[in-house]
Amino acid sequence: MSTVAGAHKQRTPIRPARILLHTFLVVTALAWLAPLLWALLAAMRPYSETSEKGYVSWPSKLTFDNFTNAFTQSDMLHYFGTTLIVAVPAVLLTLLLSSMVAFYVSRFDFRVNLALLLVFTAGNLLPQQVIITPLYRLYLLIDLPGITMSGKLYDSALGLVLIHVAFQSGFCAFVLSNYMRSLPHELTEAALVDGASVWRLYWQIVLPLCKPAMAALATLLSIWIYNDFFWAIVLISTGENMPITSALNNLSGQYFTDPNLVAAGALLTAIPTLIVYFVLQRQFVSGLTLGANKG
Amino acid sequence: MTATPAKVPETADEPAPGPAPASKPAKVPHGHKRLLTRRDRLTLGLMAGVPTILHVALVWLTALASIALAFTTWNGIGFDSIQWVGLQNFRELFTSNPQFWPAVEHNVIWFVVLIVLPTPFGLFLAVQLDKQIRFSRVYQTAFFLPVVVSMAVIGFVWQLVYNPDTGLINSLIGANKPGHYIDWIGDPDLNLWAILVAASWRHAGYMMILYLAGLKSVDPALREASALDGANEWQTFKNVVFPTLRPTNTVVLVVTIIEALRAFDLVFVFNKGAQGTELLSILVTNNIIGESSRIGYGSAIAVVLLVISLAVIIPYLIATFRKERRA
Repeated sequence: MSTVAGAHKQRTPIRPARILLHTFLVVTALAWLAPLLWALLAAMRPYSETSEKGYVSWPSKLTFDNFTNAFTQSDMLHYFGTTLIVAVPAVLLTLLLSSMVAFYVSRFDFRVNLALLLVFTAGNLLPQQVIITPLYRLYLLIDLPGITMSGKLYDSALGLVLIHVAFQSGFCAFVLSNYMRSLPHELTEAALVDGASVWRLYWQIVLPLCKPAMAALATLLSIWIYNDFFWAIVLISTGENMPITSALNNLSGQYFTDPNLVAAGALLTAIPTLIVYFVLQRQFVSGLTLGANKG
Repeated sequence: MTATPAKVPETADEPAPGPAPASKPAKVPHGHKRLLTRRDRLTLGLMAGVPTILHVALVWLTALASIALAFTTWNGIGFDSIQWVGLQNFRELFTSNPQFWPAVEHNVIWFVVLIVLPTPFGLFLAVQLDKQIRFSRVYQTAFFLPVVVSMAVIGFVWQLVYNPDTGLINSLIGANKPGHYIDWIGDPDLNLWAILVAASWRHAGYMMILYLAGLKSVDPALREASALDGANEWQTFKNVVFPTLRPTNTVVLVVTIIEALRAFDLVFVFNKGAQGTELLSILVTNNIIGESSRIGYGSAIAVVLLVISLAVIIPYLIATFRKERRA
């Protein structure tokens, strides 16, 4: 990984300390993966077999039946859909709005800049439960007949999108403003002198340069918003409208009577995040360390 | 800026655009504001205004509303049923609610466990993985995977481990026969600790990544000098590396406190914060999605949570932003 630190050092030849270290790491890594592997094993065994032989037994048959059953029985495709309806607009809007705030505070010398950035950053550090009671009431109060299925902000994808955007933009504004500040100010200054509008400055000069940071944040946001459980549990009441993580919680009590099926359902739920992580690992990790103040 | 400003230009491992990231951050000087046309000012106003209104309305005004509602009782039906009751909610909370003090205690335990066990372990892993070893990425992925997966999913996975009848632990130690049960989830003396194992499992990977990033920014020359001076590995770490990790440690401390205050998902999936696993966040939530919706009372608990959070957030932000201004 770190080529910078490694450049000066030759890869050390095999010595006992190294073997010990690798042994330790292999054992620990396996122990770390054990709960997930255990879930995978349970998910791949038929309920009839485990109920007869117990869970700690040699599997005579491994199948993907539980996965197929969990997928169809609980209508997972539908819930992946409801999640997508929330997550895609939420990620895009968060990036758009927070980059605008970041542009404002980092490229201009307004007096409110620091205060504005503080408000956003601090807001993102608050525990969600601090604001949920009035938010819940507010969502029930706002009537949106014809716009959302529920006729209110409550129990709607729109409501979830709004709170995700409001909450996450604090973190993104902070990270992006740091990033934008590292861009040379001559860039925008020259354009401004040439008479470019601020919108052009933002849209055509600054934003394209922020691509790496935006990519990192997009990865992070997708995973966080996909993984959200709390907002969905409180602000969505109709099971059918729930995003997948909260839907799974809802369904596990209702339909799933065997743990193997629950295991399969849980693992299926995790698949999209795992794919995003494995494909965009670099972005994810750099995003996380970029704004290490994220709770 | 956070304690990881050096990381900013490293995003996505692509070369940062523009000149060297070390160049001093610069702003458009005051005079250039005159270059802005009226339309520009309007655009800028909207660009900052729209996100700010959304953020302030949904986050800060609701936080303020929580504070106001904490001094009232309200059944939630119509505004005229809001009644000012002064400190009554708090009095009741502190003196007669059987769940409040246990919840506070559990939040404290949550923090202490996270900071004492998985945090140093994450640091230890990071130091080991920073040693230019083979397969470093594979190991990292193994430790980091729990951070990527939803807390709710983690809750389900760990239930398979803890289930009294069919769980891994009881099956292994033969405690899954009637009369010999160890009820990890149901026993109020055990369940919090069982959940904390799962929480620590996740937290260690998170801390490992933060420390790995911190270690990357330690100047290798420092270590070499220390090695040349004859210091052994532990001495080098203690006297050279660890002190340079100070900014990371601050971030880690703040992250851990906030994680402890936010803890919710795992507990909710496990047993909805029933006996033995009460947390402040759970008490607030139960007041909303439970049958009895006591808005003022729930808000009072939220205010306690808010005060504790702000006691951490404010000093942290003051410190980081002051540092930024000096830069």
